[in-house]
Amino acid sequence: MAGILIDKVAKQFGNAVALQEISFTVEDGEFVALLGPSGCGKTTLLRIIAGLEVQSSGKVMIGERDVSSLKPAQRGLAMVFQNYAVFPHMTVFENVAFGLRMKGADQARVEAKVRKAAELLHIEQYLERFPAKLSGGQRQRVAVARALAVEPAVLLMDEPLSNLDALLRLEMRAELRSVLREAGTTTIYVTHDQTEAMGLADRIAVMQGGHIVQIGAPTEVYSRPATRFVGGFVGSPPMNFVNTVAASGQARLGGLTLASPVDGPIVLGFRGEDAKLTDAAGGAPFTVRVAEPMGSHLLLTGRIGDDLARVVAPPAARIAAGETLGLALDPARIVWIDPETGRTHPGA
Amino acid sequence: MLQPRWLPYLLIAPSVAFLAALFLVPLGQTILLSVDGGQGFSLANYARMAGDLNFPTALRNTFALVAVVIPLQVALALVMGLMLQKMTRGRELVLWIWTIPLGVSDLAAGLVWLAILQDSGYLNTLLFQIGVISGPTAYLNSETPVALFFAVVLAEIWRATAIVLIILVAGIQLIPKGFGEAADIFGASPWTKFRRITLPLLKPSLQSALILRTVLAFEVFAVVYALGGRNFPILVGEAYTWQNENQNYGVAAAYAVLVMAISLAATIIYLKALRVDPETQG
Ligand SMILES: Nc1ncnc2c1ncn2[C@@H]1O[C@H](COP(=O)(O)OP(=O)(O)OP(=O)(O)O)[C@@H](O)[C@H]1O
Ligand SMILES: [Mg+2]
Repeated sequence: MAGILIDKVAKQFGNAVALQEISFTVEDGEFVALLGPSGCGKTTLLRIIAGLEVQSSGKVMIGERDVSSLKPAQRGLAMVFQNYAVFPHMTVFENVAFGLRMKGADQARVEAKVRKAAELLHIEQYLERFPAKLSGGQRQRVAVARALAVEPAVLLMDEPLSNLDALLRLEMRAELRSVLREAGTTTIYVTHDQTEAMGLADRIAVMQGGHIVQIGAPTEVYSRPATRFVGGFVGSPPMNFVNTVAASGQARLGGLTLASPVDGPIVLGFRGEDAKLTDAAGGAPFTVRVAEPMGSHLLLTGRIGDDLARVVAPPAARIAAGETLGLALDPARIVWIDPETGRTHPGA
Repeated sequence: MLQPRWLPYLLIAPSVAFLAALFLVPLGQTILLSVDGGQGFSLANYARMAGDLNFPTALRNTFALVAVVIPLQVALALVMGLMLQKMTRGRELVLWIWTIPLGVSDLAAGLVWLAILQDSGYLNTLLFQIGVISGPTAYLNSETPVALFFAVVLAEIWRATAIVLIILVAGIQLIPKGFGEAADIFGASPWTKFRRITLPLLKPSLQSALILRTVLAFEVFAVVYALGGRNFPILVGEAYTWQNENQNYGVAAAYAVLVMAISLAATIIYLKALRVDPETQG
């Protein structure tokens, strides 16, 4: 059993606050993606869990054990570093074998585990090379293989696929996922690629400015973002936000009337693919500026009133720039956001 | 604009010319002097040097000093450098204090230790006052060769460990912190980390420090001269004696050439033994 509990962990570097009282749990065998913009504290949080950085307050538990004051090695985890930290003076083989050797594994076991990890990451042909003779992406895969080779109960990965080309990344992502699920490895996976987080994770924790603003299943985070920031950060294209004013529990956008939770200024949030195109009179008026054929769909960028919006249309739709269309929205697929706080109104 | 190919050569030419005039020319002259037998080439000076009563002692003493001082200094400097690395506050100050002896000339350093260790020196005064000894005790004459040897070792360590330290500190700072952290995560003990991560990555700096320090150690003179005079013969001291007291420039030159040959050999050995494969660095 190796679940992780983060309890009110905060971290300051001098006067700068990197993390503000973060609390969350990761179940045994669960895969949680930490998603957030650069500088939001993802690496800092990971380093605190690993024991490389000491939290200013709060505690970390791994598998029912308070590890807050334990050394990294005693916490029973492996880590992939954002900057790889692949040892330059050892061959790829010895790098991947490092953790096993430290645990005193015999040569046969080392060989077997190294081959297995190397095969998974497609680096078996480089085993005798030194890291200086590898590309950035190959070096990154050595770092991942080194962590996988010890078959840890808890695996922390800091943007482990960031340097791979799109195709290889897609493939590695799938293989990593299946290997970790099979082994029941508890994983925290840092990324700022939201499609990666959506595809891989059991749950996504979205971080912003040293906070976790939302943690939940990918679909939940995607369709019911807790804040305007999450809606804008998760999903491509990002969620659309339309400023409007509600009165008597209703918000009107051209021919579209929606029930709103409160009166006064309010922001309507909806996903581009949730809008249905109708004629101009029957929906919210959407003036198309650019129509981009994306292959699988047609991406329309335009305006609703003063607000920018992106809408996904069927690939064969014949729509020209300058046209004004109507948008119909399913009330079950929209969110209402308080323009002051940026928070989503609870409920429908 | 592409730089003309000869530009680098032009830029280093002055320093090469300077070194050639002030180093290579005297070196050539010394070598010539050492093999000049009056009527053309002769090894008489070398034969005279090797046949001298003090020669085996001087050779043995010099090598013994190097063999004891260098490992001690490197080990000490490594420990000090790694300790500095762990400090967060006051590092600069500690490093500065540790390197003070570098600012003291070797003759002055020898005299400092003479003041401490001579018959009526500070050490004996102290030992006498606390009742360990009953009168002046000699450490630095020919009857106490072992004590004299260790006095020289002590003075040399005090005086010249800092130069090794500075080179190693620079090297340690160049090793990214991430390697040690990765080793920690994967369960390396402090000793394993030192042996398998720090030491190999420090090899280039160790090599520089060893070469520099060993060459200087073979040339040791002033400290020994201040502490023991001729009670502790060493190679450079013999060269000095032949030059100044015996006025025999040929044998003095032979000694000088021998010291240079030994230094050169040591350098080559270090370069070979600690060869740094460029592909295993960075
Ligand atoms: N050792 C440190 N000393 C001072 N400030 C630090 C230190 N490490 C991180 N910080 C600060 O803490 C904040 C969070 O940094 P962190 O590295 O955790 O960001 P991140 O989310 O991993 O970003 P990225 O996606 O760019 O890797 C940043 O503002 C950073 O400047
Ligand atoms: Mg980071």
